[in-house]
Amino acid sequence: MQIKPILSALRRHKAGTFLIAMQIALTLAIVCNALFIIQQRLAHLSEPTGVDEQNILVIQNEWVGSSTPAQADARIREDLRVLRELPGVADATASNSYPLRGSGWDDGVKLKADQLQDSSGATIYFGDERFLGTLGLKLAAGRNFRAEEITGMDVRDRLAPPVVMVTRALADKLFPGSDAVGQTIYLAGSPTTIVGVVDLLQAQSVDRWASAFAYRSVIVPRRLGISLGGFYIVRAMPGQLQDVMRAAPKALFANNPRRVINDEDGVLSFKEVRARAYERDRGMAILMGVICLVLLAITAAGIVGLTSFWVGQRRKQIGVRRALGATRQDILHYFMTENLLISVGGVLAGMLLAVAINLWLVTRFEMQRLSLLYLLGGVVILLLLGQGAVLAPAMRASRVPPVEAPRSV
Amino acid sequence: MFAYYLQLGLRSLRKNPLLTALMVMAIGCGVAASMTTYSVFRATSNNPIPQKSSVLYVPQIDNWGPEDAADNKGEPPPAMTYTDAMNLIRDHRARHQTVLYPADLSVVPNDPSMLPFRENSYAWYTDAFAMFDIPFLYGSAWTQDDDNAHADVAVIGRELNDKLFHGANSVGRDISLNGRQYRITGVIDTWNPSPLFFDVVNTNGFDDASEVFIPFTRAVDLKIPTNGNNNCNKDPGPGWDSWIHSECIWLAYWAELPSTADADSYRQYLTGYSAEQQRSGRFHWAPNTRLRNVTEWLDYQKVVPQEAKVSLLVSLGFLLICLVNTVGLLLAKFMKRAPEIGVRRALGASRKEIYAQFLIEAGAIGLAGGLIGLLLTGLGVLGVTLVFEPDIAKLATLDVKLVLLTLLVAVMATVLAAFYPTWRAAQVQPAWQLKSN
Repeated sequence: MQIKPILSALRRHKAGTFLIAMQIALTLAIVCNALFIIQQRLAHLSEPTGVDEQNILVIQNEWVGSSTPAQADARIREDLRVLRELPGVADATASNSYPLRGSGWDDGVKLKADQLQDSSGATIYFGDERFLGTLGLKLAAGRNFRAEEITGMDVRDRLAPPVVMVTRALADKLFPGSDAVGQTIYLAGSPTTIVGVVDLLQAQSVDRWASAFAYRSVIVPRRLGISLGGFYIVRAMPGQLQDVMRAAPKALFANNPRRVINDEDGVLSFKEVRARAYERDRGMAILMGVICLVLLAITAAGIVGLTSFWVGQRRKQIGVRRALGATRQDILHYFMTENLLISVGGVLAGMLLAVAINLWLVTRFEMQRLSLLYLLGGVVILLLLGQGAVLAPAMRASRVPPVEAPRSV
Repeated sequence: MFAYYLQLGLRSLRKNPLLTALMVMAIGCGVAASMTTYSVFRATSNNPIPQKSSVLYVPQIDNWGPEDAADNKGEPPPAMTYTDAMNLIRDHRARHQTVLYPADLSVVPNDPSMLPFRENSYAWYTDAFAMFDIPFLYGSAWTQDDDNAHADVAVIGRELNDKLFHGANSVGRDISLNGRQYRITGVIDTWNPSPLFFDVVNTNGFDDASEVFIPFTRAVDLKIPTNGNNNCNKDPGPGWDSWIHSECIWLAYWAELPSTADADSYRQYLTGYSAEQQRSGRFHWAPNTRLRNVTEWLDYQKVVPQEAKVSLLVSLGFLLICLVNTVGLLLAKFMKRAPEIGVRRALGASRKEIYAQFLIEAGAIGLAGGLIGLLLTGLGVLGVTLVFEPDIAKLATLDVKLVLLTLLVAVMATVLAAFYPTWRAAQVQPAWQLKSN
């Protein structure tokens, strides 16, 4: 296939050529960045929590009126007894928070008492000896809390537990390469000993601000008595989650009506918790996906439209070429090659534009650098799209009969 | 002439329905994507209190020192300690001022068949009602004497009043909060500024309306905990009293300063106050204070979600591509009619008339695109719930302004896109066209 005649023909359609190339360039720039955003969001929202998500539900309980810390603790223990006795319940525990909740108690962890900067941030989970079992967490090293280590604590009391468990992510950060069990760390200014390391447990927030300490959590052997209420984390027997979700608030109200469990979000399955935590990520992925699809469709349609117009304009020339011996294949190839030339010009410009847009997004919105894979993927998509779009008009062109040539000249 | 050209335009569009449909759909999709994302951006970047946004200020005082400020680009903490808030209230350097926090209160209905429930509640000073222009349905705010007397009084919202008192004037009646009786002094009308500027730190700017307000002085007496953030740079020690006198930050502070001169002197006052704290030995660093008005505060707190900005930008890029697409298709369409243009020109039509004819045709496409766009924007606004969380999604609405903007953008953009193809059409040489046919 001779490229020179195609180029000289394109020179006579400068505007049309430029417009198609520009559309391809802009489409590539946007599609690359959109696909990259989709990939990042999907990667974020498929991060594991380490929790037995299928069978877990969370109840937010708030007490009405004030009470002494001892009363508050007794009421929590009473509630836990009620929940654990419910049919279909495998286990239940009380905590101040749970993974993916969005906010809660975060604190700095230090290795020495007089250290100025924190060694790491961490989510603080309050839990009893049944915390690990209820959430379905795996102990990687050391031991679980003993029942006698668990005490009640008022929200304004000093947080000074003698022992804690930490997640492996935190242990690796604090004691890289060595065993964390038995080590002393400083939590809110007080020394405490690590007795156990939990394999995997997500932090309570997965937002950008908390990304520095993702998966780094400390579990303290305390029941937190807050009138704001705490959370009951309940694990249902397989397949009985829905029944437990209905029965649990009823049983709690029957036991003590002076409480608030919100109708809307007082009882959440972990599936709902996950959906809420990653709402924005999922939304962005959907939006970018829709925009990509519509954009590619419109660009393809635009190429079909303009090429059809060119074919219509050049029926005479095609007729002449056919009369002079060009085969249908030759005509088909002519238009396919023409499109390929324009597309290559477009994607070259588009690659530069895509990188420029990405760099701007990086500085302006703290996004990550575009990986080359997405750029190349976008190039392949657009070249294929161009070839696919040009196929129908090119086929039509190849069917122009040679008699078309002398007819109107 | 306009009617005739419109007729010509419509006829030409009908002649090539597929191409026309393609252009209309492209414009429609581009405009709809832009307008849908714009509706979210508009809602989140809204000025919630335009009449007073330049006179309401948030003071910030650095009580944690340069080490903590360094983590935050040298900015002082975004909230205030009880100590500083009380000192500022005592000095009373602003016309109106309040300190506030989301109080953890449950409403206990008198009707025993109703279960206790929670409403968003704030503890603040009576000045807040005047500062924030809060409309009253019945009664009024409590008095400054009530603030000073730490009185058991409350102002409730319209929705709560409907729920508890079936919409009747409840002023003078009692409401039970956390099991304690408060006398209602007023019922406010529906009021939910968005973004929720007065407590951005705890709400990220978007939440349901607040229905209960009680005096700050009373709330602290009763040790009602905050429902919002509490940040400590070191252990506050045990108990409520050591906590409120610690360096933990958990309060928002607002001051109304009617003129820039007032703001300037308030800035000097804040610097002076911090210097005094330094002299007294509480701060070991030079004064580091800020004073931001509502718009500056919302901007600083980054209330507009990053997602809203990025999706608007991507949508605008999408619209641009749709327009480039339209330029190409219009060019093809207009140049196909070169012979017709040649005839018109030969019969005496001026270039200007060719311009008018084709721009009107483009305008018709734009209008059709705008109508499709409007339909898609309507669907898009409904679909915003899939993309943004409910608190933000419900703010995106298709109102008259957005409808007009959609149509305007569609028509303007298409006419703009038509300039080049029209110019090419007007360049057609009549003689050449007539000869070649």
